[in-house]
Amino acid sequence: MSTCRSIYAVAKRELVSYFDSPVAYVFIIIFLALNGFFTFMVSDFFARGQADLRPMFFWHPWLYLILVPAVGMRLWAEERRSGSMELLLTLPITAWQAIVAKFLAAWLFLALALALTFPMVITVCVLGDPDGGAIVSGYVGSLLLAGVYLAVSMAMSSLTRSQVVSFVCSVVVCLLLVLAGWPPVTGMFEKWAGRWLVDGVAAFSVMPHFEDMQRGVIDSRDVIYCASVIVFFLFFTAVVIRNRRRV
Amino acid sequence: MIKAEHLVKYFGPKLAVNDVSFTVGRGEVLGFLGPNGAGKSTSMRMITGFFAPSAGTVTIDGHDIVNDSIAAKACIGYLPENAPAYPEMTVQRFLNFMAAVRGLRGRAATEAVEKVIETCFLQSVRRQPIETLSKGFRHRTCFAQAILHDPPALVLDEPTDGLDPNQKHEMRNLIKRMGRSKAIILSTHILEEVDAVCSRVIIIDRGRLVFNGTPADLRGKSDLAGAVTARFLGQSANTVREAFRDQAAVARVVTISDEDGAAVLRFYPRGEAAGPPNLARLVAESAKSRGWLVDQLRTEEGALDAVFHALTASDTGAKEKEVAA
Repeated sequence: MSTCRSIYAVAKRELVSYFDSPVAYVFIIIFLALNGFFTFMVSDFFARGQADLRPMFFWHPWLYLILVPAVGMRLWAEERRSGSMELLLTLPITAWQAIVAKFLAAWLFLALALALTFPMVITVCVLGDPDGGAIVSGYVGSLLLAGVYLAVSMAMSSLTRSQVVSFVCSVVVCLLLVLAGWPPVTGMFEKWAGRWLVDGVAAFSVMPHFEDMQRGVIDSRDVIYCASVIVFFLFFTAVVIRNRRRV
Repeated sequence: MIKAEHLVKYFGPKLAVNDVSFTVGRGEVLGFLGPNGAGKSTSMRMITGFFAPSAGTVTIDGHDIVNDSIAAKACIGYLPENAPAYPEMTVQRFLNFMAAVRGLRGRAATEAVEKVIETCFLQSVRRQPIETLSKGFRHRTCFAQAILHDPPALVLDEPTDGLDPNQKHEMRNLIKRMGRSKAIILSTHILEEVDAVCSRVIIIDRGRLVFNGTPADLRGKSDLAGAVTARFLGQSANTVREAFRDQAAVARVVTISDEDGAAVLRFYPRGEAAGPPNLARLVAESAKSRGWLVDQLRTEEGALDAVFHALTASDTGAKEKEVAA
């Protein structure tokens, strides 16, 4: 019970701090603007003549690629830079509670930004008769994708005190997750690695799982994939933080 | 209350803290002295559970800081070096957050926060973001979070650093007051602070413990301690020196000044019999028997900075000499 209370307190502080700084507002405005731009202008939402949100979700892996690391880069880098990490980790909470709390806060923030795309749902409902299940699974998929990127960003953030380094590393790792199944990337690995490694790397790609959910299928394997990537990177963060304290 | 046993900390191959042990009980204020980079902050970080020690143990009120860390950390209030905080938060929100994580809720939390805001004189800035505060206020905000939950153990890393003289004075009074019921460790490199607030002193130098005792013990280590300084009117320094040449209790005599009409000399004691106040009496009586007029006479207490220097700088000095040669 006290575990939940500590997590709640830290997560609340984290979430409030987004809104105390311009980060939250800038992020939400840019996310919604780009989301609208790609959906309407690039994907030609109206001209397709179909009442679904696939033209919107299609862009999310690319939009999140830049925006989620921007949210996640400060999670630990900022604590290390300002020294507040020393305060946080000498409180009567475990490093795990702090990690989970920070992750949940940032994820909740991303969920909020995603929820603000609701006018799109209204639009398709007014214009046609969309498949509700596909929309729900699209949102679930998008949220899980954001969670995966966020866990990566958090892990990169724990490695450095520079937010810029943290941002760049997160973008690169997320990009690898997106492109892992993409031929030029697998080709690069094939030159020096065995077949099993290439297939192994391809299996890490986030895209096939995301696309399943865009089609309206929430497969347990896709959910397990996302959950295990998230848990892996949270664990990675915990190891980094523990090593920093043991040296 | 706070018990550190054989603490060792390596950073890679570099030994930062080497076998440091001490205990602090309730009602004690322990001053942690040492030159910069001696391992003060590293030791404090191990005591508060921020760093895990490479070897050795820390227990707070019987709770091991590594194996029973939640219970141990709950007993500590910690003011880290440079007083970090969350810069974008207001003072009030920051303290509310700290109270929540410390498990205080509802009325208890509000009361605790109000109390520390008052104790630390933060009323005027409670709604300001911490990043807009002056260093003194930032420091007091971080200090406020350390005492918020009324912890039995306080660890303060340079609590008066960056404060103006008035604030330093206030802070010292506050620490002294709290030192009556709590176990307090404070690090500093200001020696007068040790005199002002500490009941015990430890000095570490390059990771090793070189002194553990009271401020008076520390001062006693000075060769100045127990010496007698006297001013003789109408005498020259040489006359006086001549008179004390064959005194068994006087190790040596140093002339401080010798201007026309008055000579100031310092007498260093030799042996137990010359301990205070015997040496001063001896000097006074010798002067009286010769009919000399003495208008100043005092027994020196010993200077902390001289001892500090002797304990921590001897090797550095030797090294510098080597380099020069």
